[in-house]
Amino acid sequence: MLSTTAIKSKPQRRFKREWLTSYLFLLPALSFFIVFVAYPMLHGIYISFFNYNLTNFEFIGFDNYKTLFQDKNFHQSVINTVVLVLVAVPIVIVFSLFVGMTIYKKHELFRSLFRGIFYLPAVTSVVSVTVVWNWIYHPNFGILNYLTGLVGMKPIFWLGDPNTALMAITAILITTSVGQPIILYVAALGNIPTSYIEAAQLDRANSWHIFTKVIWPMLMPTNLYVIVITTINTFQCFSLIQLLTSGGPIYKTSTVMYSVYEQAFSFGNFGLASAMGVLLAIIIGMISIIQFKFLGSDVEY
Amino acid sequence: MKTAAHSNSPGNQSFIMKKIRKSISISSVLSMLLLIMLSVIFIFPFYWIVTGAFKIQVVATQIPPQWFPKDIVFDNWVTLFKNPVGRWTFNSFFIAVSEMVLICLVSTTAGFVLAKKEFPGRKLVFTALVAAMALPKQVILVPLFTLLAKLGWINTYKGLILPAVGWPFGVFLMKQFSQTIPTEILEAAKIDGCSDVRSFITIALPLLKPAIGALAIFTFMTSWNDYFSQLIITRSTNMMTLPLGIATMQGEYRTDYGVMMAGAALASLPMLTIFILFQKAFTQGITLGAVK
Repeated sequence: MLSTTAIKSKPQRRFKREWLTSYLFLLPALSFFIVFVAYPMLHGIYISFFNYNLTNFEFIGFDNYKTLFQDKNFHQSVINTVVLVLVAVPIVIVFSLFVGMTIYKKHELFRSLFRGIFYLPAVTSVVSVTVVWNWIYHPNFGILNYLTGLVGMKPIFWLGDPNTALMAITAILITTSVGQPIILYVAALGNIPTSYIEAAQLDRANSWHIFTKVIWPMLMPTNLYVIVITTINTFQCFSLIQLLTSGGPIYKTSTVMYSVYEQAFSFGNFGLASAMGVLLAIIIGMISIIQFKFLGSDVEY
Repeated sequence: MKTAAHSNSPGNQSFIMKKIRKSISISSVLSMLLLIMLSVIFIFPFYWIVTGAFKIQVVATQIPPQWFPKDIVFDNWVTLFKNPVGRWTFNSFFIAVSEMVLICLVSTTAGFVLAKKEFPGRKLVFTALVAAMALPKQVILVPLFTLLAKLGWINTYKGLILPAVGWPFGVFLMKQFSQTIPTEILEAAKIDGCSDVRSFITIALPLLKPAIGALAIFTFMTSWNDYFSQLIITRSTNMMTLPLGIATMQGEYRTDYGVMMAGAALASLPMLTIFILFQKAFTQGITLGAVK
C-alpha cells in the first residue's frame, strides 16, 4: 500500500509552499491524535509487560498474559462476551432488517417516526436506560414480573439469577443497538433500483425469492458493515454491566471490558488490565481486518 | 445511484401484478402489526420514566402497577434538586460543547486537506487514522488514565475534554464529506489567484456547513452519553456529569424509583430534544460515516 506513494514520484519532488498549508491544516487534529490515541495505544502494549500497580512497576515479560490464560474469572468474562456477541448480533441484524424492509417504501414522515422510535434508546444516556430497566426487572416492584405473573409464571430475580442475568442484559443491549443498523438499512434499501424488483415481479418471482435473490445480494455491503459495527460494539459492552450487575452474580455477567475496568480501577492492576485490553484489541482488530477484506471488493448499488 | 431506466409495460401483466399486490398486502399488514408491537416495547421504558417521575414512591412501587398516573406530584423533582444537579448539568453541557467546538475545528481542516490536497505522507496519515478507528476507544482507557494521572489531569475539565478531541472519527467523517466538493471549483479559484486558506474559507466551508452540523450533533451526543471515560476521570461530586451524578444517586435512593426516574428524565432530555429537532442530520451522519 505505502510503496505506491513512493513509486508515484512526480517530476518535481521539492518542498512546495502548498504542502506547508496542508500540514498546518492537519497539525491540530494530528497532535491530539498522537497524544491521546496513538501514544496511549502503544503505551498500553508496553505496560502490559509490567507488574504495574500502585506500589510496583516491574518488567515481568509475558507473565500478565500467562496469568490471564489461567484466570477462571477472565475465562468466564471471555465466554460471556462471546455469548453476548453470538446472541445479540444475529438478533440485531434480523430485527433491523425487518424494520428496514417494513418502513423503507413508506412515506417520509412514517419512516422518520419509526426510525426515531428505534433510535431512541441509542440517543438516551445509558444511565437513564439502566435506571428504568433496573426497575422493570425488579423482583418485587418490577413490571416484568407482574406481567409474567399474569400468565402464571413465578417471579424471577432477573438480574440476580445466574441463569437469567446475562440474557436480561442482552435484551437491553439489543434495544440500544438496533437504531443505527435500521437507519443504514433504510438508506441501502432505498438505493436499490425499483426496476430490479419490478423485473423480478414480472418474472413471477414470489416475495421470498425477490428478497433472497434480488434484495439480499444488493444489501451485502450494508450487512457486512452492520455485522462488524454491532460485533465491535457488543465486544465493548461495559456500561450496562457496570450499572446493572457489576459483573455478578458470580461473574456471570462480567465481560472482557468489565474485567479491564475491574482490574484497573477496583484492584489497581494496571499491567494486567492492559494485557486484557491488548487481547481485546487483537480480537477486534482481526474482525476489522476481515471487514476490510470483504469490503475491499466494492459491490455496486 | 442509478435511476430506474425503463418504464414497465403494464397491460398483459396486470393480472399477475394484482395477485402479487394481494399477497403482499396480507404480509404487509402482519409486519405492520409486528412493527407496532415492537415500537410499543421500545417506547414503554420512556413512558415509564416520564410517568414514574411524577408518581410518589408508594404509587410507583405498587403492584399491580398504575399504568396511567392519577395524581401528578412534583415531590421527586424537589428531592432530585437537593442534589447538585445544576452543577452536573453545567458540567455535561460545558464538556459536550467544548468537545463539539474543538472537534469540529480540527476535523474540518484535517478532513479537507486529506480529501482535496496532495502532499507527502497523506496516505500514511489517513491509514493511521482509519486503523486506530477500527479499534475500540475503550481499549486505550487504562493507558489514557495513567497518562492523565501523570499530567495531573484527573478530575479536571481538560482531562475530561481534550482526550476526546484525539478520536479520529470526525476527521474521517469530514474527509468523506469533503470528497463531494467538486475539485474544479477549487482549481478555478486557484487559477484566479485565490490562496489555499482563502479558498477553504470562502468555497469549502459554506459547502461543508451541513456536514459540520451533523458532526457537531454527533460529537455532542457522544460526549453527553460517554459514561465510561467520565466514570474513570471524575473523582469529586462537583466534577460529575449529569448521567454520572444520576448513576451515583442510585446508591442513595435505591428503590425510590420516582426520584430516579426524574433524574433519568433530566439526563436524557437534552439529547432527546436535539434528536427530535435534528433527526435528518443524525441520519446523514450515520449513512455517510458508513460508506467507505
